[in-house]
Amino acid sequence: MIDLKKDTKIIIILLVLVVLIVVIPPFALKGAEFGGSDDAGSTKIEELQGEYEPWFTPVFESALNREIPGEIESLLFCVQTGIGVGIIAFIMGRLVERKKHEKSNSSC
Amino acid sequence: MTKRQKGVVRISVAAAALLAFCQTAGAMHIMEGYLSPGFCIAWGALCIPFLVKGFITLKEMYQQNPKMITMLAMAGAYIFVLSALKIPSVTGSCSHMTGTGLGAMLFGPCVTGILGVIVLVFQAILLAHGGLTTLGANTFSMAIAGPFVTFGIYHLCKKCNVNKRFRVFLAAALGDLFTYCVTSLQLAIAYPAEHGGIETSIVEFLGVFAPTQLPLAVVEGLLTVMILITLENYAKQELKAIGFMKTDRL
Repeated sequence: MIDLKKDTKIIIILLVLVVLIVVIPPFALKGAEFGGSDDAGSTKIEELQGEYEPWFTPVFESALNREIPGEIESLLFCVQTGIGVGIIAFIMGRLVERKKHEKSNSSC
Repeated sequence: MTKRQKGVVRISVAAAALLAFCQTAGAMHIMEGYLSPGFCIAWGALCIPFLVKGFITLKEMYQQNPKMITMLAMAGAYIFVLSALKIPSVTGSCSHMTGTGLGAMLFGPCVTGILGVIVLVFQAILLAHGGLTTLGANTFSMAIAGPFVTFGIYHLCKKCNVNKRFRVFLAAALGDLFTYCVTSLQLAIAYPAEHGGIETSIVEFLGVFAPTQLPLAVVEGLLTVMILITLENYAKQELKAIGFMKTDRL
């Protein structure tokens, strides 16, 4: 039998660590912009190669004929996260219930 | 409201404020239109054998045990979640994780490649993140090279009897980091510096991506350990069925 309590403790410790790593930078670097690192990448390209004009624009952007508005983009990113979390939560829910069921079956 | 409820409300407000910190669009993957057609085709072609192999393996695994689909969905969903979360890093810019480590350890790198392509196509079309022309290059770095490193380190550490949890952490974290090293290499080959050529370029691009990615790689490692501990507690039979967890427990 796996010791659930010990694992629970480990998970809580790891979770706290993760939150700390993610949360500290915005506080530690108050002046920073926190832009995407691919913007930094394209700046670097221009530094190395001079002016660069991308030869292809994202299909969604060319359909809209402009950049995807920020709010809509964050919505779409949320949709992606939502799909993932939904699947994980659904499967985990089933697995947890199954284990409970097995336990109560074996005890009586 | 009770005191506890008030506390919960406060925490939720704080969480919302924190998440709002990092809303700047775009993180990683090579951007649409930033690789010349020749490179696009070359990287794409390089991916094809891996993806074909992945597809065949997937089909075989499914025929042997259709229930593996549950764990496959889990691995795919994990990539979906992690690659959508843009996270602030110590360098003052944001990047996101790959999430391919879980799939690589459970199913091997080629099957993970298939899962990775699905996510990359989704992001390229709907999110204007990454791109269709750079799909090949991004697939190679995130869905093939990274998972291969994860897989390799995981099994190397297994041979050397490294503690299983630490092994999972190391494999997932280094796989994530390697993805961005490959991206740097791809950009460097496409954009050699005028003085010093590819070598100078690769140092420059690594300088942009690596420090940002380092803490995120640690986060990805920790998250992957967490999800595997959970799966081992609740999905033992599924993990056994796909050949993970044969002898040792996490």
